[in-house]
Amino acid sequence: MSKTVRIFVKGNEAVSRGALAAKCRCFFGYPITPQNEIPEFMSSEMPKAGGEFVQAESEVAAANMLLGAGACGVRAMTSSSSPGVSLKQEAISYMAGSEIPAVIVNMNRGGPGLGDIGPAQGDYYQSTRGGGHGDYRLLVLAPSTGQEAYDMTIQAFDLAFKYRNPVMVLGDAILGQMKEPITPWIPENIESEGGEDWRLDGANGREKRLIKSLFLEEGALAGQNQKLQAKYDAMKEMADAELFDTEDAELVVCAYGSIGRIAKSAVRKLRKEGKKVGLFRPKTLYPFPEKPLLKLAKEGKRFLTVEHNLGQMVDDVRLAIRTVADSDFFPIYPGNLPTPDDFEEPILKSLEGK
Amino acid sequence: MSEMNEKLVFDRPKAVIDRPTHYCPGCHHGVAHRLVGELLEELGVFEDTILVSSIGCSVFLYNYLNVDAVEAPHGRAPAVATGVKAARKDNFVFAYQGDGDLASIGMAEILHAANRGEKISVVFVNNTVYGMTGGQMAPTTLIGQRTTTCPSGRCLEHEGAPIRMTEIIAGLGGTAFAARGSLDNVKNIRQAKKYMRKAFECQTQNKGFGFVELLSACPTNWKMTPVQANERIQTEMIPYFPLGVYKDTDEGGAC
Amino acid sequence: MSRIAVQEDRCKGCMLCSTVCPVQIIVQSERFNQSGYKVAEVPAEDMEKCTGCTSCALICPDLAIRVYRTPKKKKGDE
Repeated sequence: MSKTVRIFVKGNEAVSRGALAAKCRCFFGYPITPQNEIPEFMSSEMPKAGGEFVQAESEVAAANMLLGAGACGVRAMTSSSSPGVSLKQEAISYMAGSEIPAVIVNMNRGGPGLGDIGPAQGDYYQSTRGGGHGDYRLLVLAPSTGQEAYDMTIQAFDLAFKYRNPVMVLGDAILGQMKEPITPWIPENIESEGGEDWRLDGANGREKRLIKSLFLEEGALAGQNQKLQAKYDAMKEMADAELFDTEDAELVVCAYGSIGRIAKSAVRKLRKEGKKVGLFRPKTLYPFPEKPLLKLAKEGKRFLTVEHNLGQMVDDVRLAIRTVADSDFFPIYPGNLPTPDDFEEPILKSLEGK
Repeated sequence: MSEMNEKLVFDRPKAVIDRPTHYCPGCHHGVAHRLVGELLEELGVFEDTILVSSIGCSVFLYNYLNVDAVEAPHGRAPAVATGVKAARKDNFVFAYQGDGDLASIGMAEILHAANRGEKISVVFVNNTVYGMTGGQMAPTTLIGQRTTTCPSGRCLEHEGAPIRMTEIIAGLGGTAFAARGSLDNVKNIRQAKKYMRKAFECQTQNKGFGFVELLSACPTNWKMTPVQANERIQTEMIPYFPLGVYKDTDEGGAC
Repeated sequence: MSRIAVQEDRCKGCMLCSTVCPVQIIVQSERFNQSGYKVAEVPAEDMEKCTGCTSCALICPDLAIRVYRTPKKKKGDE
């Protein structure tokens, strides 16, 4: 029934509604532009859903509250934007090390430092390379539309519990602030709690449980790292990408998130002009969808990576296709807001092999 | 035979696991652990307890208490406990922190958890040094006290004055109970347990944030024998950190 | 009479117990335990002085002391 209802909301609200649909029951927020609509929405709607909203004293604290709620096996989330996510990395590393499921939303803004409050993709590294201390990975989902923001937030909770790992939903100021229609839906057969065999709820009639990331005993930390690596390897089956007009394309544009969406418009326009170009848009940034990209490379296509940073995802593109091809790179500097027209010239240049 | 009528009048509480601790001789953590364990049993919350352990010597508390536990990053135990309590309102949630953890890196987290009136309990063990890392200066190191990072003694001009946490916590709106006890003699230990009971009851009776500071010895890093270190609590610490109840909403405020 | 039992493998020889004993019967023995600590003990001849007050157990950081008390016989008891 709800399938047919369309609502007109900002991406930030789409994320919030997706979280509530996924039975998120604890939200820990802290103000930072351009994600403020998430804690604002949650402050009024979470209590109605029977959950807990806490405005933390800092991003550091919010992420540590998330750690606590996640250790109890309750579906929990925090959101922030780039400088705030840097602060959350402490707890994110602990959550990865302790295998605590949780969802972290990052509406990427310009950097480095305070940067600006506009869109950017400078947090690709910090999202996909762990981001904090130690060796760990997050599952990273990269929505490019309001609908995907809703859908992927729901998916994020499922994946967090499936892998017992923190999951990041990585958007940007465009996604967070732009209003567009979405069709909300309610997933079936989900619970607000999981982890029956590890969650903390009091050692009543069972052995006590301990959730920790400290492993001092001989061989224990090596064992834990090995276990984590096996998990990260297993995550590779989740790798996902949108392939648009790639079949007969001579040049494939690689871009994610909002930039992927803008690039798609450019590709559409050039297609109408008869140019053989396509789009490869990763929906998961970690694991990176290497296989479909390598397949395109083996078909002899050329590549152009476009990002709203100085070149970060292009590393993963090049790694994926390194045995057969390379990728050109076109940066959009954070602080500039690109239009599809901005992409035409670099696309045509790469298409002609210049 | 007289042994037939003999009664065991003191034994370890069940909440405290029967195993040796890693603590140095004369360290008061063991006494604090016992008091916690006894109270969890006496208040009937033992099987509902979720412990949030902190960073420092007491990180291994989770190896000694027979309760569910999660390890918090340095200083963040009150934030983690806030999250645990948000997820588990019906469980008894407490954090156990040292002075470096709580009064330095975790100052923001403890103050805001108290101010929000989180229904959690915090046991604060103050031994005036960072113990686990080798006895560096802590926010509670006394003026003139030598540590590995203030080898000439803490200097008021350079390092500021030792922080009296209980007094600060008592000044916050969400605090239902705040007191400072000491573990240096039997009378003080008994009194400290009474304070801890009150702090824990703030949670079981849904009154607000409960806080107890415990003055404790660190003989190793004070470079003293256990007996000398124990005496130092009386001669040097208590004069600067006076014992007593600083806030009790049952009694209408501070004493 | 009352008595204490020191669990010697737990004792770290800190001797805080000796500082609170009202009858001053706890001393450091010359015996080392497995961890290398000279353990606390009450010489056999002094044990009858133990009052069973539990002070030593209350201050022991290592929960190494158990305290036993034998109630005095009341009138009518056999």
